[in-house]
Amino acid sequence: MLLIFLKRLLAAIPVLIIVASLTFFFVRLAPGGPFDSDRAVSAEVLINLQEAYNLNAPLSEQYFDYMGGVLVGDFGPSFRYPGRGVSEMIFTGLPITLELALYAILIAVFVGVLAGVLAALKRNTYLDFIPMAIAMIGICVPTFLMGPLLVLIFGINLELLPVSGWGNLAGDKILPSITLGFAYAAYIARLSRGGMLEILSQDFIRTARAKGLSERVVVTKHAMQGGLIPVVSFLGPAVAGLLAGSFVVETIFQIPGLGRFYVEAAFNRDYTMILGTTIFFSSMIVFFNLLSDMAVLMLNPRARD
Amino acid sequence: MNKYHFSVLLLAAFITSCGENISPVDSGLEQQIFHYGNGSEPQGLDPHIVTGVPEHHILIALCEGLTSSNPKGGEPLPGMAESWTLSDDGKVYTFRINKNAKWSNGDSVTAEDFVWSWKRVLTPSLGSQYTDMLYYVEGAKDYYDGKTDDFSTVGAKAIDELTFEVILENPTPFFLGLLSHYSTWPVHKETVLKHGKIDDRNGQWTRPGNFVCNGPMQLKSWKLNNKIVVEKNPFYWDAETVTLNEMHFYPISNIMTEDRMFRAGQLHNTYTVPAQKCPVYIERGDSTLHIDPYMGTYFYRTNTLHPVLKDVKIRKALAYSINRQQIVEKVSQCGQAAAYSFTPPGASGYEPQTNMPYDLDLARQLLAEAGYPNGEGFPVLEILFNTNEDHRKIALAVQQMWQANLGISVELVNQDWKVYLSRERSGDFQISRAGWIGDYEDPNTFLDTLMPGRGNNKTGWDNKRYEDLVNAANQTQDEEERFELLRQAETILIDEMPIIPIYTYVRQYQLSDDVKGWYPNYLDHHHPKYISLERD
Repeated sequence: MLLIFLKRLLAAIPVLIIVASLTFFFVRLAPGGPFDSDRAVSAEVLINLQEAYNLNAPLSEQYFDYMGGVLVGDFGPSFRYPGRGVSEMIFTGLPITLELALYAILIAVFVGVLAGVLAALKRNTYLDFIPMAIAMIGICVPTFLMGPLLVLIFGINLELLPVSGWGNLAGDKILPSITLGFAYAAYIARLSRGGMLEILSQDFIRTARAKGLSERVVVTKHAMQGGLIPVVSFLGPAVAGLLAGSFVVETIFQIPGLGRFYVEAAFNRDYTMILGTTIFFSSMIVFFNLLSDMAVLMLNPRARD
Repeated sequence: MNKYHFSVLLLAAFITSCGENISPVDSGLEQQIFHYGNGSEPQGLDPHIVTGVPEHHILIALCEGLTSSNPKGGEPLPGMAESWTLSDDGKVYTFRINKNAKWSNGDSVTAEDFVWSWKRVLTPSLGSQYTDMLYYVEGAKDYYDGKTDDFSTVGAKAIDELTFEVILENPTPFFLGLLSHYSTWPVHKETVLKHGKIDDRNGQWTRPGNFVCNGPMQLKSWKLNNKIVVEKNPFYWDAETVTLNEMHFYPISNIMTEDRMFRAGQLHNTYTVPAQKCPVYIERGDSTLHIDPYMGTYFYRTNTLHPVLKDVKIRKALAYSINRQQIVEKVSQCGQAAAYSFTPPGASGYEPQTNMPYDLDLARQLLAEAGYPNGEGFPVLEILFNTNEDHRKIALAVQQMWQANLGISVELVNQDWKVYLSRERSGDFQISRAGWIGDYEDPNTFLDTLMPGRGNNKTGWDNKRYEDLVNAANQTQDEEERFELLRQAETILIDEMPIIPIYTYVRQYQLSDDVKGWYPNYLDHHHPKYISLERD
């Protein structure tokens, strides 16, 4: 297991180098630069600004300078926010995005698995139809609609919860976590229902029941271990997706997470910030996929061959 | 009670307990804390480096220049300078620094602070983007261009500790107005140098704990992309006037989120109002909706180097066939005024006298004279705009008007903001949407942009007579004569039509009824020292 893990980890290094290099050159190809603004600066000011960020040097020199910096963990200064380093900004936003992702994934797993397992056990009853119908709505309704809807109901009409912010007012973390978690809960509910249905129809479950085991033990000990493998496979990419895709929820709820930096950096042509966040998110995606592969290996002995 | 019931009860208790919170606007009233919706995260807090409007809102609380903004607009009020005189030739300002003026660490503000600060702005390697604000000062441009490295050749001198003398290249009637711009404000030399060099863009002096400046507030905390808190500065020379204890600035880039926060009592003001909500609030007679005059013009640039658009008759035909009144009433719908000049009328007493009729017969005649009777054979032109629903609506309206009135077709091309800017900069456009907001309250801030060779001209228009008139206007001290020269220049501009004005901007925003001491003014400068919170 450890060997497989290390091998996969090593294989990730060239992937990240390719991602970083492609991003480096692609952002330079995009029209417009970091210092283009509504109030155009004069040619001499532009030269001085570019000089301040070493942008007048040949591209190859800039590339090797940058990659050299990345190797020692220096992602350079942000062009958009003078006085801020890219690493500093990533590590300011990251804990917030991680916290949001954690709450969302807890809500998603708890609600999703509960609904999915229940639906599989009570197949073709209202306990199946209702949660699955809600799950379908959850998949179909995008977060940019779900968020404002929840805000209108709980924030503005009922005045129960703050409409935005993160850690500024009591209870301001509830609505964003639910908004982000709900979309994933829906997927998990459908995945776990499918997985459970397949397992519940297998011979070893019938054997377990024939042995006289209680339904609770049959479900929790025997069926769920195999029935939830699709959910576990889904969780890796889901966590990575939550981190990189939290932008919409972060914007709706005014959350100072990493997702907003990532998207705004692209709009601002903040070269170093685009590179830093891309390299960081790529690492996260590679890492969480690896973790979920490992978890599947542990749960499913057949996959080890 | 089983676990399930217990968790449901716990959740219910948690949610209801949240409901008992009083809103920030309510609690702010008692503690005099202003919750400020401020658009986007400021680039930074270094007045010599940053460039935006949200930055201005914070900096006006933290720092102060020689003069300070008049809350009701118009003539500036004393700031760091308690008084000033102007020489008879209009070229030498002598500012007397207020002896009670102090930095937020208790140090006295001196004339030398201004000399050093202006030297910093003009240091090329700092990369300040507003150096042209100081080009009116004698020798400033030469110093910036590296023609000399001796700053004593620049007309900014400390005569003694409290006397600051500024020598101008030419009489510059709007010079005092320029001083309301943060790029001319001083920074605390010792603090800047403690955390970096004079030209260090990434110095850490603007961080909480390090930050020292001279405004009515001082920096308390700064949570990136979350909020910036400033608190009353006890060392401020006019601290007695300051009522607010704290201001919390929230960088809310999503205007719908901002609108919801205002409605939920989390903000005292909003940065703007979503365009689709503006007519609703107007109809409802919402007292929190404010629509104030603003020093800005929404217009279309034409590329005068384009083979078709280089013909002034075509440019005029395009301009005369736009029904601006209809655009402001039916499309923008938020109190904007149809624009028939580039300079917003009324700013600092200047009234443009331009002639730009909505005259379809004349427009068709001009088009025919240019060789395209009834629009026949007219090539399909493009209107370039940055991706934004409001710009699209206006472009659609203009497209339809030109089609119906002149029989010509145009295509709408929307581009990401930076792509749009880069295409405008390189002249890769035919007609493009644009806006200009004045940096100071004077027609020069508009008319100067269309001088030949200016970076913001972008139209390729080059008119010697126009240039001479604007230059002549800026060398006379007689305001009446000056405005007359500027009026003549603007008449040429509108007659040549390198730009097609559409409407004059307004500042539309929501403001809690609790906020007092906030007055409409052209530059939208609201000095925090006059603001207080009080419920009627």
